[in-house]
Amino acid sequence: MASSNADLSGLVAHNEAPTQVSDDAHGYYTHGEKLVDAKAPTGPIKDRWTTRKMDNRLVNPANRRKLDVIIVGTGLAGGAAAATLGEAGYNVKSFCYQDSPRRARSIAAQGGINAAKNYKEDGDSTYRLFYDTVKGGDYRSRESNVYRLAEVSASIIDQCVAQGVPFAREYGGLLDNRSFGGVQVSRTFYARGQTGQQLLIGAYQAMERQVAAGTVTQYTRHEMLEVIVADGKARGIIARDLVTGEIETHLADVVVLASGGYGNVFFLSTNAMGSNVTAAWRAHRKGAYMANPCYTQIHPTCIPVSGEHQSKLTLMSESLRNDGRIWVPKNREDCDKDPRDIAEEDRDYYLERIYPSFGNLVPRDIASRQAKNMCDEGRGVGPMVGDFRRGVYLDFADAISRLGEDAVREKYGNLFDMYARITGENPYETPMRIYPAVHYVMGGLWVDYNLQSSIEGLFVAGEANFSDHGANRLGASALMQGLADGYFVLPNTIREYLADGPFEKIDESHPAVAEAKASVEDRVSKFLSIGGDRSADSFHRELGHIMWEYCGMERTEDGLRKAIDQIRELKAEFWRNLKVLGTADSLNQSLEKAGRVADFIELGELMCIDALNRRESCGGHFRAESQTEDGEALRHDEEFAYVAAWEWGGEDGQPVLHKEDLIYTAIEMKQRSYK
Amino acid sequence: MNLTLKIWRQAGPQAPGEMKTYQVDDVSEDMSFLEMLDVLNEQLNAGGEEPVAFDSDCREGICGNCSLMINGEAHGPEVTTTCQLHMRSFADGDTITIEPWRADAFPVIRDLVTDRSAFDRIIQSGGYISANTGSAPEANSVPVPRDDATKAFNFATCIGCGACVAACPNGSASLFMGAKITQLGLLPQGQPERWSRVVDMVGQHDAEGFGGCTNIGECATACPKEIPLDVISQLNKDLRTAIKHGH
Repeated sequence: MASSNADLSGLVAHNEAPTQVSDDAHGYYTHGEKLVDAKAPTGPIKDRWTTRKMDNRLVNPANRRKLDVIIVGTGLAGGAAAATLGEAGYNVKSFCYQDSPRRARSIAAQGGINAAKNYKEDGDSTYRLFYDTVKGGDYRSRESNVYRLAEVSASIIDQCVAQGVPFAREYGGLLDNRSFGGVQVSRTFYARGQTGQQLLIGAYQAMERQVAAGTVTQYTRHEMLEVIVADGKARGIIARDLVTGEIETHLADVVVLASGGYGNVFFLSTNAMGSNVTAAWRAHRKGAYMANPCYTQIHPTCIPVSGEHQSKLTLMSESLRNDGRIWVPKNREDCDKDPRDIAEEDRDYYLERIYPSFGNLVPRDIASRQAKNMCDEGRGVGPMVGDFRRGVYLDFADAISRLGEDAVREKYGNLFDMYARITGENPYETPMRIYPAVHYVMGGLWVDYNLQSSIEGLFVAGEANFSDHGANRLGASALMQGLADGYFVLPNTIREYLADGPFEKIDESHPAVAEAKASVEDRVSKFLSIGGDRSADSFHRELGHIMWEYCGMERTEDGLRKAIDQIRELKAEFWRNLKVLGTADSLNQSLEKAGRVADFIELGELMCIDALNRRESCGGHFRAESQTEDGEALRHDEEFAYVAAWEWGGEDGQPVLHKEDLIYTAIEMKQRSYK
Repeated sequence: MNLTLKIWRQAGPQAPGEMKTYQVDDVSEDMSFLEMLDVLNEQLNAGGEEPVAFDSDCREGICGNCSLMINGEAHGPEVTTTCQLHMRSFADGDTITIEPWRADAFPVIRDLVTDRSAFDRIIQSGGYISANTGSAPEANSVPVPRDDATKAFNFATCIGCGACVAACPNGSASLFMGAKITQLGLLPQGQPERWSRVVDMVGQHDAEGFGGCTNIGECATACPKEIPLDVISQLNKDLRTAIKHGH
């Protein structure tokens, strides 16, 4: 079913390497060597993955059980990788901070998973999914990776169905599809509003089957606090048993991080309470580059903040935008009226007005920024938070009269129930209120085509890597990428690395192991000994406030500079005034939190530096200095068509910028237009 | 609103526990129950007392990590998870009793945190369909009647929180197990392992120290995902058939 145009030979570059003229972040960073080889095969794009799979060496089944693989994280990427590598016969150790692998954050994804099956015969193909993903990512992703993602997408659906994932079906018993933001075909597979849950449970069950088979050992309530890099290779991790407090050494031939995204740097986000950057950040400090950290996705359809006590935000699937219509009052004086009393002609369906061809289905970044614009204009709705109303209506009145309440309930029932429970309002009767919230990060650890980071033997999968979504991720593509990495990509690339193993055995006496373990122990006792006045949570809240204000939906040069100063002050205070009670040798949630917040603070500074350097608007990164006359994002390909991969510059040094040029051969760069 | 909380405190798995009383004031009705506990913990931390340990992660009712017996009810008075319970369900001046899940198979780790790894081991014993990565046939090659798919989905919404066990006077995990057995048993893909699955899972369930089901029905009442009692009937039916077939 997949097809690609015959003339896409993959050999003709459609753009040139960028030359950066502006230097807003001057003084905050230093220049490093360019990244010239991302190890992607050459040749026609449709053949590259096949070539790579063929060229990668095989590992004899008898040797696999002698090879130890550590996987940190049990979400879609980590769970799927653990299951698949276990099935292949490797000796896998899987780590998660939760009490069971089934709790991983992927479980909360709602809307669906894309796949180029073309079951609707609406013109979909591997190439079109590739095209949509690169375009949706605002031409800031690596084309070879994205094509591969589109290519394996169909196999993911096959795999999940075979595992018993109960996708939605049509009356004939075949799989149903829905459409999603940013595209014009129907390629999203779903399980009501709980697709992530069903896919994750599928991966979890596959992994548990391997636990029973003895190929996978699971370490729950364990947090990775350091990566062990010995003789230039990642050879293991230092983890803390969160129940006993014991600092444990785990050694292996290869380490995989599938530890998720860092959206919680904003304190309020749709991530889980425990989602954190620690695994990735500790690896970064050991030499793994962090790529495009400023690319954050702000999701347009979240339940607005209700007050100061708020601990997290709740997303509602953007599939709601298929049938719901977004509007605000035309007149400010109507903002505190009951929405049902506002006449049709006094409503501004602003997305339908500004973007007539995509309407309510514009990509997430656009929908989010326009919601902010409406609220900034004083036309927001709902309670005052700070000095203005932060909410817009998402109205199902038309859908209910067109389809009937039962049909709407069938499609969105659980989302409506969730909304009602949280807000105390009935969305069948009155329009929902929504506001954007941080939801996903496209940035992450830099990886090459093989998903290997800049540390040899350290692979990164899922949201934790930067690879596939460019500057903006399309809906229903996170699940696709997590499972693509875990089931199909990583198992095929890691074998080339492992073909050289087993590597020389090391033990606790190796200086790299001793150093890593000692640094973790020091840090843990440091947190407990500061003896200040403020909880880790209060520092986290303050950091989140700085990030949302200056590194959120709209970023300016002045704001980012201010943010960097404030974060540096906050960091100094953290290490002077933190208060953590209790001991290191028992379950101590405040201690866990302190470590995560310390890493978030350092990450926040790097995000601001990255955002400051990138004086262009692209995808989820909107620089106020770079917009068109009508306020749309304006890219500067001639300066910024590159991946910004940051190297840790040392405790008192500055981060080092390595650029990877993005050269497109199979797709032509265009300014996005959804009008 | 102002509340009095009576909370189970226990320093570690082997330590003795006790109920302690705390006062929390100025609670907003828009807070979730766990946000109210966050406020208490900030207060305790400031006053030099260790915060109350409790599990929570997604705080949107889907990960199954949160628990708590609230006034003797698993997840409290509403049909939802504790993280989705809001303070508007309580009134000013209320006294609220908060305890961990109580079941032999879920030992307390600290305060309100229990060890539910027995659920993982039940899944390991057979709660899956064996389908190695890469071996799957084309997804649409096996149609599944829409009603069966919908029912399977409904049973698959179990979040593994353990409320059914906590609510059951026998400490039985039959609802948890029945949900998985019924989901997979409804799908054509689940047929090849259907009979061994039920026998193995029930065996593991009993070995973990969960009690037997005596059809009391507290589990289904407590379940935040409204898994119906029917799944236990299906579990028993499958078990009978399996035994008859010599499994």
